[in-house]
Amino acid sequence: MIRVALAVLRKDLLVELRTKESVPAMALFSLVTYVVFRFGLDRTSLEGDLAAGVLVVTLLFAAVLGINRLFVAEREQGGFDAFLLAPVDRSALLVAKALALLVFLVAVEVVAVPAFVVLLLGPAFDPAALVVLALADVGIAVIGTLASALAVQTRARDLIVPLVALPLLVPLVIATAQGLSPLLSEGGGGLDAGWLAVLGLYDTVFVLLSYAVFDFLLED
Amino acid sequence: MLYGKRLRGLAVASALVLSVAFALAFFYAPLDADQGFVQKIFYLHVPMAIVCLGGFIFGGICAIGLLRTGDRKWDLRSYVAIHLSLILGVGVLLTGMIWAKASWGSWWVWEEPTLVAFLVAFLLYATYQPLRFSIEDPEKQARYAAVFAVVAGAFVPLNFLAVRLAESLVHPRVLTATGGTMPGAMRLTFIVAVVGMTGLFVTLWKYEMASKNATFRLRALRRRLGDDELPPARRSAAPAAPS
Repeated sequence: MIRVALAVLRKDLLVELRTKESVPAMALFSLVTYVVFRFGLDRTSLEGDLAAGVLVVTLLFAAVLGINRLFVAEREQGGFDAFLLAPVDRSALLVAKALALLVFLVAVEVVAVPAFVVLLLGPAFDPAALVVLALADVGIAVIGTLASALAVQTRARDLIVPLVALPLLVPLVIATAQGLSPLLSEGGGGLDAGWLAVLGLYDTVFVLLSYAVFDFLLED
Repeated sequence: MLYGKRLRGLAVASALVLSVAFALAFFYAPLDADQGFVQKIFYLHVPMAIVCLGGFIFGGICAIGLLRTGDRKWDLRSYVAIHLSLILGVGVLLTGMIWAKASWGSWWVWEEPTLVAFLVAFLLYATYQPLRFSIEDPEKQARYAAVFAVVAGAFVPLNFLAVRLAESLVHPRVLTATGGTMPGAMRLTFIVAVVGMTGLFVTLWKYEMASKNATFRLRALRRRLGDDELPPARRSAAPAAPS
């Protein structure tokens, strides 16, 4: 299964490298969102819970852009049929897509997080925030893949994805924002192990849940 | 399967228990020392919320039935349960807001984790109908809706945990709304109200199942009789008749 998943992942990354369909748009979107927040909140610098909230919400909405497109090529160019015809474990597609989304998110954050620090963040950036973001990314990748697979067969894909994904991600937003907020404030505390545990647990539950139900989304 | 069986008895029993519950709430249960008369809404709001969440979870369990057996009757069961729970959910949010306004002075209190968690779950389930509606193939619609119902059913308890955690790390709640500190008379009234509300849910569920099944069978019979005037089934989010 791992070999198949890696093959699909390699294909996805190659397609993204050549077409540049998702990641540049997601990164650009997050930059635009910072500008929107700067004027929407009328602040030139943010800290603490406000900074955490803006960062989480921006990354989340940028992720929705990527989630929307995750399975489009499979559906429009017959990738689903080809995958079902191949004698391989179907869960490999889930693993591959979730990993691809994770890579996309990390690539976006390579641009979006430094941009946030330069443009909006008041206090110095605490690198421990990257741990919280990494755990959040895993959750977004898994839940996003599930939501994308659910929505891709519907007529209103772009509407269903955010409607399904965002409520499912609310607990993750709570934990990420609460975990980030002390790290992004002036001399505020350090890493809160409690929120990391919540994030890790939520990620684990959804990895198992997605693994259990994903096969049913591919039957045909 | 005949869902109409014993429906009348069940309906009468639920109506009776619910009436008893409300009679108890008004005439037997003591006035709340802190909130006074307003607290009576508790006997409507909380049972409704419990039954609503129970209905969501029941819908998820029925969805597992569909995924395991592929029998579309499970899809109908799951759909009807979630549909009814959504309607109850509107009632829960409205009564919750009224209670919040009366006892805390504002229509919405973000510090109340249970109310917020309920809103998140409700918003998630509100996507259930649009999701169904936008999938045309009935077999695929049933399967996708089932996956949604299973995921959402598992999400409900997690969500309550997470939202409560977000508050309790700030200020721990000693007294819970349904906590063990209720005096006996209040508790009895509350339990009767929960039973009555459950009865109401089951009655409505069976009634809707019976009605849907009767419609399906009528269509099938008319088709067999060669009725060419049969209008095409109206597109809806509800499960289509199994062919």
